[in-house]
Amino acid sequence: MVEIAGLDRMLLEHPFFAGMAPEQAAFVAGCGRNVVVEAGAWLFREGEAADQFYLLRHGRVTLELRAPGREPLIFDTLGEGDIVGWSWLLPPFCWSMDARAQTLVRVVALDAHCLRDKLDSDPALGYALLRRFVPVMGRRLQAARLQLADLYARPQGGRG
Amino acid sequence: MNATPGGADPALWLPEPWRIERVRRELSDTFTLELQPTAGGAPLRFLPGQFNMLYAFGLGEVPISISGDPEADGPLVHTIRAVGPVTEAMRRLVPGDVLGVRGPFGSCWPVSGAEAEGCDLVIVAGGVGLAPLRPAILHVLRHRQRFGQVCIFYGARTPADILYRHELRRWRGQFDLLVDVTVDRATQDWAGRVGVVPRLVEGGGYDPQHTLALVCGPEIMMRHTARALLARGVRRERIHVSMERNMKCAVGLCGHCQFGPHFVCRDGPVFRFDVIEALMTVDGL
Ligand SMILES: Cc1cc2nc3c(=O)[nH]c(=O)nc-3n(C[C@H](O)[C@H](O)[C@H](O)COP(=O)(O)OP(=O)(O)OC[C@H]3O[C@@H](n4cnc5c(N)ncnc54)[C@H](O)[C@@H]3O)c2cc1C
Ligand code: FES
Repeated sequence: MVEIAGLDRMLLEHPFFAGMAPEQAAFVAGCGRNVVVEAGAWLFREGEAADQFYLLRHGRVTLELRAPGREPLIFDTLGEGDIVGWSWLLPPFCWSMDARAQTLVRVVALDAHCLRDKLDSDPALGYALLRRFVPVMGRRLQAARLQLADLYARPQGGRG
Repeated sequence: MNATPGGADPALWLPEPWRIERVRRELSDTFTLELQPTAGGAPLRFLPGQFNMLYAFGLGEVPISISGDPEADGPLVHTIRAVGPVTEAMRRLVPGDVLGVRGPFGSCWPVSGAEAEGCDLVIVAGGVGLAPLRPAILHVLRHRQRFGQVCIFYGARTPADILYRHELRRWRGQFDLLVDVTVDRATQDWAGRVGVVPRLVEGGGYDPQHTLALVCGPEIMMRHTARALLARGVRRERIHVSMERNMKCAVGLCGHCQFGPHFVCRDGPVFRFDVIEALMTVDGL
């Protein structure tokens, strides 16, 4: 109980959950635990089951893609106040990239099975959570588009 | 801020010969030239954000921002990315070679006026866009006590494309500056941030209500950075961007650099975002 009471406070202090109704935060916190990941260790690998949802409290995580014959490509880093991953929300609940701790990382890890059950049983909570996810997804999609545009590539412009 | 309204001063039509004193290779395609007037005399006075027309004899003339310290008596400094015939030819120049120089032209970053006094400053650069901002940064460092928080956010394509790497590292070591660098992609040997530069703006470190923002880089990067600043609550008229258009006369006569109702050489290159925002998404402008 003590740990859970601490966790719901932690959730409410995290930008992703900030402003959420305390009872909803407490309900979600029931799926969570505090985890420390050493620098260099994986949070998850592409193809693995997406059975956790991470709230980053401290440190930095790299998101990476692997391709044969090439060094792994880091395409994003996430830091304090960010969330890691939404594959746990979408079938087939499978990670589509690798995530690695670039520094020592402290996260709240929410169990995805537990959370999905709670979201299904409580549509108001499901809606509240999705409303928080959509802007994050929008921002990351926008950032990915900019990366795709390869802004600083040579022939396009003088200054890039 | 234009040096000669209407381009009436004939001296500004005539390139002066300047000798290359030093060449610094910055990146695979980017280099810095340090120049002195062949005739000797006083250093060129300019304001942060202004540009010169540099003439590679027999080849052509191109607008290049001045990237040196506006208050130092040192050489004239230009950082240039080789992208086409004229800038490629400039890349091949060595100390002792001579370039034609006309200028300085254009508007400046508003760092020395009352508008900036006491404000937080957010300086956002992408790629070689750090070069036109360098004089503004050097001015701010010289007069640090006049400003509130100062944030420098820089984005490059990969870690190998980070311009002024040593200087960024030095600025980052200062207690009174927030310096953050991100790259669009990286491999394991990079221990810094990855992601596009507008995201750095989202992280804060400044008071949006009292912030003056200076943004320079590719146009898409500037638009998206301006939007990220607006989303944080920075006022439109407090965001300044530096535009690029092809130029010929640089004194507001030929119309080559026309951008809607503005001439970039005369009314810019530094514009208030609210003045040109609508034009930035007009096709073909
Ligand atoms: C006010 C101002 C300040 C500038 N400051 C700098 C600077 O500090 N350092 C620097 O490296 N460059 C700067 N530039 C850009 C520089 O002027 C151009 O890169 C140069 O004119 C290219 O000439 P070129 O003959 O080598 O290549 P070009 O053959 O003229 O161009 C090669 C390629 O680059 C594209 N291009 C050329 N100029 C521009 C531009 N302005 N915007 C977008 N795409 C362009 C062309 O479409 C072409 O694809 C500045 C431009 C302006 C207007
Ligand atoms: S370059 Fe001639 S009007 Fe601007």
